Amino acid sequence: MLIKIRVNGEWREADAWEGASLLSFLRDDLQLPGSKNACEQGECGSCSVWLDGELVCACLVLAAQANGREVGTVEGLADGDRLHPVQEAFVEAGAVQCGFCTPGLVVAVTDLLERDPSPDEVTVREALSGNLCRCTGYQKILDAVHLAARRGGEVST
Amino acid sequence: MDVLLPRTLEEALELRASRPEAVPIAGGTDLMVEVNFDRLRPEAFLDVSRLPELREWRIEDDRLFLGAGVTYTRILRELPQLRALAEASRGVGSPQIRNRGTVGGNLGTASPAGESLPVLAAHDAEIGLVAAGGRQRWLPWDAFITGVKATSLGPDELILGARWRPLDGPQSYSKVGTRNAMVISIAMLCFALDPAGRGVRVALGAVAPTAIRVPEAERQLAAELERAGAWDDLAAPLPGGAAEAFAELVAEAAKPIDDVRGTAAYRRHALRVLARRAVGWAMEQRADEAMVS
Repeated sequence: MLIKIRVNGEWREADAWEGASLLSFLRDDLQLPGSKNACEQGECGSCSVWLDGELVCACLVLAAQANGREVGTVEGLADGDRLHPVQEAFVEAGAVQCGFCTPGLVVAVTDLLERDPSPDEVTVREALSGNLCRCTGYQKILDAVHLAARRGGEVST
Repeated sequence: MDVLLPRTLEEALELRASRPEAVPIAGGTDLMVEVNFDRLRPEAFLDVSRLPELREWRIEDDRLFLGAGVTYTRILRELPQLRALAEASRGVGSPQIRNRGTVGGNLGTASPAGESLPVLAAHDAEIGLVAAGGRQRWLPWDAFITGVKATSLGPDELILGARWRPLDGPQSYSKVGTRNAMVISIAMLCFALDPAGRGVRVALGAVAPTAIRVPEAERQLAAELERAGAWDDLAAPLPGGAAEAFAELVAEAAKPIDDVRGTAAYRRHALRVLARRAVGWAMEQRADEAMVS
C-alpha cells in the first residue's frame, strides 16, 4: 500500500507491505537508517522516533497507522554539519561506545529536555528507562544528559 | 493483508461488521511484536488508534468513563488523582510504550499480566462494547475477561471503554518485577479502601489466569476495621496481626504458576509482602488525613 508521512518536515511516500512497521518503512522504504532495528519488541528504544510529537518505538507502530501524520527521526536533529546540542553533549561526554543505542537515546534525551529542561537524576533515569545500552555505558550517557541540560539547549559554535 | 483506517467510530463499526476477520489494533505494543516475529499474519488490521470517540474520558454522574483509546501517558497527565490507576499506568513499559499503550489494549489482549486490569477489578468496572448502529452492552470486568487472552468481545464489536465509581479512600498499586521499567509483572496487587461503603477492595494480577478479587480477605480486613472503630476514627489503629492475616488470605487465594519469570511459591511470597505493605500504606494515608482534618 502507498504510505505517505511527513518526516522531518518533508512529505515522503513509498509503497510498503501492509504489515510493515514504521521502523522498517523508515529504514527500508525511505532510506532513513538512523533509527536502529534491534529488538523489534519495544524493549530497547533503539528505534525511538516522534509520531505527532510523541516519543514512540517505531517498531511497534504499524506504518499504515502513521499515514498522513508527522514523524520526527534522529536524522532531523542536526542542522547540516552542525550537531544538535544533545548530539554534541554525547560526543563530548564520551557517551558513545558501539553507537547502536545512540540514535534512540539522543531522540529520547531530546524529548525529555524539550519537556523538562533541567531534570533531576530520577526524572532522567525514568525518562530513559525504555532505552537500553548493551555496552552498559550508562554513566556517561547520564553525564551527557546533564551536560546538555546545563547548556540549556544552546548550540555552541 | 489489508489495513483499514477509519476516522470515526461509526465508520470503524461498519468495517468491523463487514470485515470481522480484521484484527483491531490500537497502540500496537502487543500486536506489533507478534507481527515483527512472524507469529501473526491477519488478513486485515482495523486501526482504532484515530477514533476520537475512544480517546476521551469524562465523568458521567458519579462514574468515570475511560475511553479504550486513552493512553497510559494521558492517564498520568490528566487523571493523577485516580491514584491506583496512575500508579499502575506508571509501571507500564517505558515512556515510549506508555505513549502508545491503552487501557483498551490491556482489555483486548487480556494478558494475565495487564497492568490496568487489577485496578479495573478492584473498582468493579464495567466494560463497554459497541457494535454497528451504536448498539452498546456493558459487562462486568470478569464477564468480559474470561481466561488467559480470552474475552467475550463479539466479532462485530469494539471495546468502547470502561466505567466505574471512583473510590475516595486510600489506595495503592504495587507490582514485583526484575526492574521498575520494561518488565512483565511477576505479581501485582491493587488495594483500595471504600470508606463510604465501609469496604475493602483487593485485586491481584499475574498470579492467576485473569485478574482476581479476594473477597475472603476483603471481608476479614473490613471486619477488623469495623471492630477497631476505624471507619469512624481515622486515627484508630488496626489490631496487631490483622494485616498479616489479610496477607495470608491474599496469598492463599492466588493461583500462580511456575514460569520463566518466577515460581508459584515466589509469587505467593511476593503477594504476602505486597498485601501487608498495601495495608500499612493505607493506614498511614488515613493517619495523615486524620492529622490535617
